[in-house]
Amino acid sequence: MSKMNVKLAGVELKNPVMTASGTFGSGMEYSEFVDLNRLGAVVTKGVANVPWPGNPTPRVVETASGMLNAIGLQNPGIDVFCERDLPFLQKYDTRIIVNVCGRSAEDYCEVVERLGNENVDLLEINVSCPNVKEGGIAFGQNPRALEAITKEVKKYAKQPIIMKLSPNVTDITEMAKAAEAGGADVLSLINTLTGMKIDINCRTFALANKTGGMSGPAVKPIAVRMVYQVANAVSLPIIGMGGIATAEDALEFIMAGATAVSVGTANFFNPCATEEVVKGMEEFLEKNKINDINELIGVVK
Amino acid sequence: MSEKAKENCRIISQKCIGKDIYSMWLQTDKIAQSARPGQFLSLYTRDGSKLLPRPISICEIDKENSRIRLVYRVTGKNTGTEAFSRLHANVPIETLGPLGNGFPLEEARGKTVFLMGGGIGIPPMLETAKQLDADKKIILGYRDELFLKEEFEAYGDVYVATEDGSAGTKGNVMDAIREHALDAEVIFACGPAPMLRAIKTYALEKEIPCWISMEERMACGIGACLACVCKSKEIDSHSHVHNKRVCKDGPVFLSTEVEL
Repeated sequence: MSKMNVKLAGVELKNPVMTASGTFGSGMEYSEFVDLNRLGAVVTKGVANVPWPGNPTPRVVETASGMLNAIGLQNPGIDVFCERDLPFLQKYDTRIIVNVCGRSAEDYCEVVERLGNENVDLLEINVSCPNVKEGGIAFGQNPRALEAITKEVKKYAKQPIIMKLSPNVTDITEMAKAAEAGGADVLSLINTLTGMKIDINCRTFALANKTGGMSGPAVKPIAVRMVYQVANAVSLPIIGMGGIATAEDALEFIMAGATAVSVGTANFFNPCATEEVVKGMEEFLEKNKINDINELIGVVK
Repeated sequence: MSEKAKENCRIISQKCIGKDIYSMWLQTDKIAQSARPGQFLSLYTRDGSKLLPRPISICEIDKENSRIRLVYRVTGKNTGTEAFSRLHANVPIETLGPLGNGFPLEEARGKTVFLMGGGIGIPPMLETAKQLDADKKIILGYRDELFLKEEFEAYGDVYVATEDGSAGTKGNVMDAIREHALDAEVIFACGPAPMLRAIKTYALEKEIPCWISMEERMACGIGACLACVCKSKEIDSHSHVHNKRVCKDGPVFLSTEVEL
């Protein structure tokens, strides 16, 4: 069998396939459909220092080959997360990546510091959620703010830090360089693209939040392009995501320069998608007589 | 509840039973075996541009033949439900279920119970009526054209309300209750939010327990994405905020535990 394991900031994953934050909860619900032991890592839904109620409904709407969401980072807070969700995930032979959200630098650092004592492999810092006014995106659209928050978080972090980048910027390579300068260990991209849908019969917005983050197969070409750009601009490993539903999609990201990939929206239309992507990638390697997935990372120049 | 399954079901029959209302029987492997009244299925279109599953309530369960009946409304042109309505017998359809909690039949057993359905909230009340051993007063609210009404008659006294007055009481299900001076000890209801709001108020006045089936825009259908939440009166034990998941904690809630 071909070698599927990859390394992110010194952490070895049995394969490059993980879940995209916010689409998989903490894995509990999907564990009825997927063997979590088969995944390289589970990336949890964003967790903050205190419980967040999220946005009013409707929070989701379908668009052509995609969807908009404005959940608003509803989460039960770090205490419940550590007592309930982490012990559940720790039963499985998979890496645990906790997505951290906050409204201020202090919020992020509090959660990051708290997680330092937990058996967690990597932390993903969500500075790119487009659906929350005070939080996240304020740090994710300005290179100086991004560098500063990265530096701040690194002071408190015991685990390697993944900075999750927003595609809602003029030049994503500038943001990637800022995160690298701030000391990020890994980059993940792309978060969702800000979109809007209008209900013409009700003359209103389809989402209560007016705008939402667009995801799904429709955004994949944009995501592949951005991963390619960032891979050629910085030397950090990249977790690529945006519309991945199949092994073929995942391989595009790997060849564009991603070391690992995340399956997100596809979980909603195929709860077994993550495991199927792993299997499909293994089959691709076998069929094409590739000994090691690492040979494919960034092969397209 | 690890009884839910993703199955490629076969369509047994598909029939238009009213304007934009379709009745579809599905052959399932496991789904029918564990399904309960008030639960729903997620149906997937075969159109790659329509990603999200469509949640559709279970109208009837035939455990013996492992079949499920869905009665659903086509919601417009180029919609997922329109695509479903064009599928013929023997065609496979990707399905996830059974999902959600269903009506707590044990709370109404042996009592006088209102089974109230409004519009496309009527179908889930049919299997509820079939399985519930109680004194059933079935109150159905329609805009104009009736559907499924005769099928309910085998299971209890049926009262009808139509908005245009073309059949039964002119008005809504609450008007029908008043016109016939009906009383109950328990209520099970499914329908649009204004109807559920009126029923909740009525149940509070009468001080009787009332379970309502809620609806919200969904994505995953299994409780992970937190799209389809409703407001809860108390802090929810899972979410730790005033939110409950319609797809997982519901769709059936005690009316006093949710805000409408």
